[in-house]
Amino acid sequence: MQASMAVRLRKSGLRIGHALVLLVFVLFTATPFVWMLITSFKHDSDLYNPDNNPLWFNEPPTLAHWEYVFHRTPFLRWLANTTIVGLAVIVITLALALPAAYSLSRLLGRWGERLGIAIFLVYLVPPTLLFIPMARVISSLQLQNTLWSLIVVYPTITVPFSTWLLMGFFKSIPRDLEEAAMIDGCSRLGALARVILPLAVPGIITVIIFSFTLAAQEFIYGLTFVTSTAVKTVSVGVPQDMVRGDIFFWGPLMGSAFLASVPVAILYYLVLDRFIAGFTTAGAFK
Amino acid sequence: MSGLVQRAVANMPVRGRSLWERENVLGSLMLTPAVLYIVLLVGFPFVFAIYLALTDATVGSPVGSFVGLDNFREIIQSRGFRTALKNTFIFTFSSQAIILILANALSMALQRDFRGKGLVTFLILLPWVAPVSLTTISWLWIFHSRFSLIDWFLRQLNLLEGNLFWLGRPDLAMIAIIIVHVWRMFPFATVILLAGHSALPKDVLESAQVDGAGFWRIFFQIRLPLLLPIMSVAVLFSTVFTFSDMTVVYVLTRGGPFDTTHVLSSMAYFRGIFGGNLSVGAAVSLFLFPVLLIAAILILRIARRAEVT
Repeated sequence: MQASMAVRLRKSGLRIGHALVLLVFVLFTATPFVWMLITSFKHDSDLYNPDNNPLWFNEPPTLAHWEYVFHRTPFLRWLANTTIVGLAVIVITLALALPAAYSLSRLLGRWGERLGIAIFLVYLVPPTLLFIPMARVISSLQLQNTLWSLIVVYPTITVPFSTWLLMGFFKSIPRDLEEAAMIDGCSRLGALARVILPLAVPGIITVIIFSFTLAAQEFIYGLTFVTSTAVKTVSVGVPQDMVRGDIFFWGPLMGSAFLASVPVAILYYLVLDRFIAGFTTAGAFK
Repeated sequence: MSGLVQRAVANMPVRGRSLWERENVLGSLMLTPAVLYIVLLVGFPFVFAIYLALTDATVGSPVGSFVGLDNFREIIQSRGFRTALKNTFIFTFSSQAIILILANALSMALQRDFRGKGLVTFLILLPWVAPVSLTTISWLWIFHSRFSLIDWFLRQLNLLEGNLFWLGRPDLAMIAIIIVHVWRMFPFATVILLAGHSALPKDVLESAQVDGAGFWRIFFQIRLPLLLPIMSVAVLFSTVFTFSDMTVVYVLTRGGPFDTTHVLSSMAYFRGIFGGNLSVGAAVSLFLFPVLLIAAILILRIARRAEVT
């Protein structure tokens, strides 16, 4: 009797400890987001009083900062720019990565494997290594300060990783399927279009979301190539043009940072498992 | 004789398959656009970076004359560069050490099933999946000189009067940068470790439990050694991302106060792009390359070992 009591106590103690550990982690990761959201609804007089509880409303909430974001900043323009760049990057990434991945995983044999790994490693080349020569390339193409500069350069990040991800998907589709289709009279490209691509749809969706979120997240190339407010994407415009010298800008700043980051986070989260599989298979490719 | 016939058959076009249908021809054609794009926009800029670093090019006169290793010599002797180099290593390695501990603890805590696990996982992953240039702004607000959230808590606990001025003091500014790097990257390391945990052989873990091995013993003697390869992969990728990042420093401190928190990449930006000194900026950036190269080699090595076993 006593023993079972002790076991039960120990068990509930463990459960509480477990919950506490998770709570601490969630507080650490999510507090900045909660504070962004709360800040965006607080009156300035509430925000800029150091004695007020920063995490709660000491005065009734207000929509003033949100009105400011939508009517008096280029926030919507930045969202539109981000969407344009994102869509264009998706198209270029798929056009380059899909055939490359198919070729590397199906047509080129042992060499395809090695080249695939080499292409994946290109993903590790960071923007901060290349941004200076890239700025010269962009200005000699007369693309500086246009959305085209981002559309041309962002696939340097998305194509290598997407090719690698899609290679994994193509490899998981049995060869018999397309061989059967080819025996039935399909050409190889016909088999690719009719049999393989429909089966690779989850991989293609992953690539689409990855490419779009990259365009919405990238900061360094954006900061380097684009200087006019009107052609910025949201992840460049908000930190650069909305952080101002005086102190009364935190409400709109936090609101726009929250609104632009959470949808991207949700999109990214949807494909995270497949995205992570790209990294873990890189550590154990056969 | 039979060899000849075989060769003849191999050379004969297979019925219904033109040249386009031959695997290596079609394969090369499908691969070419991607490879061409990467060579033009990654390979060429990289070579161009080396060229720029060996000249005295500026934005005003982009075609500089050859100066050999002068830029590198000048950089190495400058105090700002040595600070940036030191900071890059301090930020990267101290954050990786903390990330390793947190990711291990959290991935163990997420082994158990509970209600709301999906939501908890999403909240924990937020820092990694949200755009870092935007989320770092929230930390700018958390570390604000007057309205800092942390300062407010410390004041409530009577541990502090007034403010700490997080980003105005070199030591605290460095700690702030490390905190943000940890916050952003440990969720990434955690999900990679989670994938590793789920690939562990269940029967080994169960039989260890049946044999009476406790939690810590199983963790240190079974899980940890088996997870070592994937843990190294997580740390290597996270190291590359942190080492080359300039967003956190740019948004939080812009290298301040008094240029004490610059890293290699932010220094390259401020000298090369902001200051227009292309050659020096390119030379500073190139110092990132050896570490990236080492990380890439290590990743390939781990992969090859995984291939053997």
